[in-house]
Amino acid sequence: MSLFRKKEKEIKPHKEIDIQKEIKNAGKEESLWIKCSSCQELLYRKEVERNQHVCLKCLYHFPITVENRITLTFDEGTFSELFNNIEPVDFLKFKDTKSYKTRLEETQESLKKKDAMICGRGKINRIEVVAAIFDFSFMGGSLGSVVGEKITRTLEEGASTKTPVILFCSSGGARMQEGIISLMQMSKVSGAIYRLKSLGIPYLTVLTDPTLGGVTASMAMLGDIIIAEPKAMIGFAGPRVIKETIKEELPPGFQRAEYLLDHGMIDMISPRKELKQCLHRILSLIT
Amino acid sequence: MRYYLDFEKKLEPLERRMLEIERFYGVNDPRYAKEIAALSKRISKLEKEIYGDLTNWHRLQVSRHLDRPHTLDYIGNIFTGFTEFHGDRKFKDDPALVAGFASYEDISFAVVGQQKGKNVREMAYRNFGMAHPDGYRKAVRVMDMANRWGKPIITFIDTPGAFPGVGAEERGQAEAIASSILFMFSLSVPVITVVIGEGGSGGALAIGVGNKILMLENATYSVISPEGCAAILWRDGSKGSLAADALKPTSHDLHKLKVIDEVIKEPFGGAHRDWQQTFSNIREPLSRHLKELMGFSQDELKQQRYDKFRNMGIFQDKN
Ligand SMILES: [Zn+2]
Repeated sequence: MSLFRKKEKEIKPHKEIDIQKEIKNAGKEESLWIKCSSCQELLYRKEVERNQHVCLKCLYHFPITVENRITLTFDEGTFSELFNNIEPVDFLKFKDTKSYKTRLEETQESLKKKDAMICGRGKINRIEVVAAIFDFSFMGGSLGSVVGEKITRTLEEGASTKTPVILFCSSGGARMQEGIISLMQMSKVSGAIYRLKSLGIPYLTVLTDPTLGGVTASMAMLGDIIIAEPKAMIGFAGPRVIKETIKEELPPGFQRAEYLLDHGMIDMISPRKELKQCLHRILSLIT
Repeated sequence: MRYYLDFEKKLEPLERRMLEIERFYGVNDPRYAKEIAALSKRISKLEKEIYGDLTNWHRLQVSRHLDRPHTLDYIGNIFTGFTEFHGDRKFKDDPALVAGFASYEDISFAVVGQQKGKNVREMAYRNFGMAHPDGYRKAVRVMDMANRWGKPIITFIDTPGAFPGVGAEERGQAEAIASSILFMFSLSVPVITVVIGEGGSGGALAIGVGNKILMLENATYSVISPEGCAAILWRDGSKGSLAADALKPTSHDLHKLKVIDEVIKEPFGGAHRDWQQTFSNIREPLSRHLKELMGFSQDELKQQRYDKFRNMGIFQDKN
């Protein structure tokens, strides 16, 4: 009884929703509302979540967690994680406004994750694949030594067990805090992709919002078959850098998945709710 | 006319006077012997002050110095018979990246490199050494020929980065870079990469998958330009010198990190102070590595290159 009363005490009186405050907070974890980064519409967060994190108005696909991605993609209970004991090191003793070491510790603590990459083996409608999934919530899914090593091991796993490999991308690009070693991950992973391809094993990539920089200019665009989610931003240079360089307005839809499809850079766009079927259909044709 | 960086400016009046005397009276004119001696002494004292202990930020300026030799200068002064091949056979010829064949000490090989310009007109024509996808596709085309004909490949890196533009993105800048990196892993001939100036991110790496990577002492090689890094992490593009310290983009840093195999010494003050000395410093290591690599089989070369990049990465493996 005492527990109940204590709880009752904590219930706050009903309060009118302060719309201005909600608009300002939209997108933050605690807010009821979320602003669509494509059509700018203010949407009710719960409704977006029920819709597989897809905008109800323009069908923009919000970034989702790795856990969500796994649930959406793999047959229930078939995903088993691989290489989960690799951890990042602040080997440059990199410090901007905060040290990389602190940044890593804080991010690891709040997300309960070691770095921006989850790998594993699982089944898509009973077809076995190995997969590597970027975690955008961990430092923008940036490509550092841990991410590079885990993707490389995933590709090697695919090569040694003759299993197709799927890479799910969402990344702002390089992990600047790992300097040149971050850049070298592009070549390291590409080397492993070369070997996988030489063995005749398929390598598929799924590009989600956003896929930028060094990740695009290596592993993402090397997919034998490249699938993108609707409206995903995909590019080498970021739109702001391009705008500042050429001092011109960018064409409408520039660097969005639809634009890349028109320009022959990707094979297809698949809405999130059809992605599993899409992957299965392709896998059943090519394996 | 020589170009002086801000921190080199003190040298300008002294060296200008020296040149004047040399040009109009000759260095042996007895009337100027005393002045020349005094000038030389002051210049070498200043040089020690200016270049004695370069910060990363200064080194970065030196790696971008306008008077620094560029790819075609190295090719023209070290190799013989350079014949340039143009075009990617798909869209256009990209002058920001040059490719062709040349020979050195009776060995002929393919050579590929980004090309910057010396003056405003040339810089515009070369797009400041920032290649479009077409440039990387030309590089692949020429490297592919070398591979099929059993010829070694030498690449020179000197670029602020791949060009960020609408056309570049539309024609697949990311795809072109990725494909070039991947392609270099398929090569069964010796590949030597020399970072001669600015190694700017993916646009540099696109032609940087070598069996051996050599780097001039004052060259820099970085995942992002310090200015770009500062704009993102410090939210202030003018904090470039802080970012240059944090990113550790110098030849000595990269050698410690085992990303490059050898640092090639530059003349005191930098390659721009003495071109001939720079060329002669490159000759020996280039020929040594070329000959060494030519002793390996095709499979060994491929395996070596794979292993080299496979081992790059610093992390903790708790298994
Ligand atoms: Zn929307």
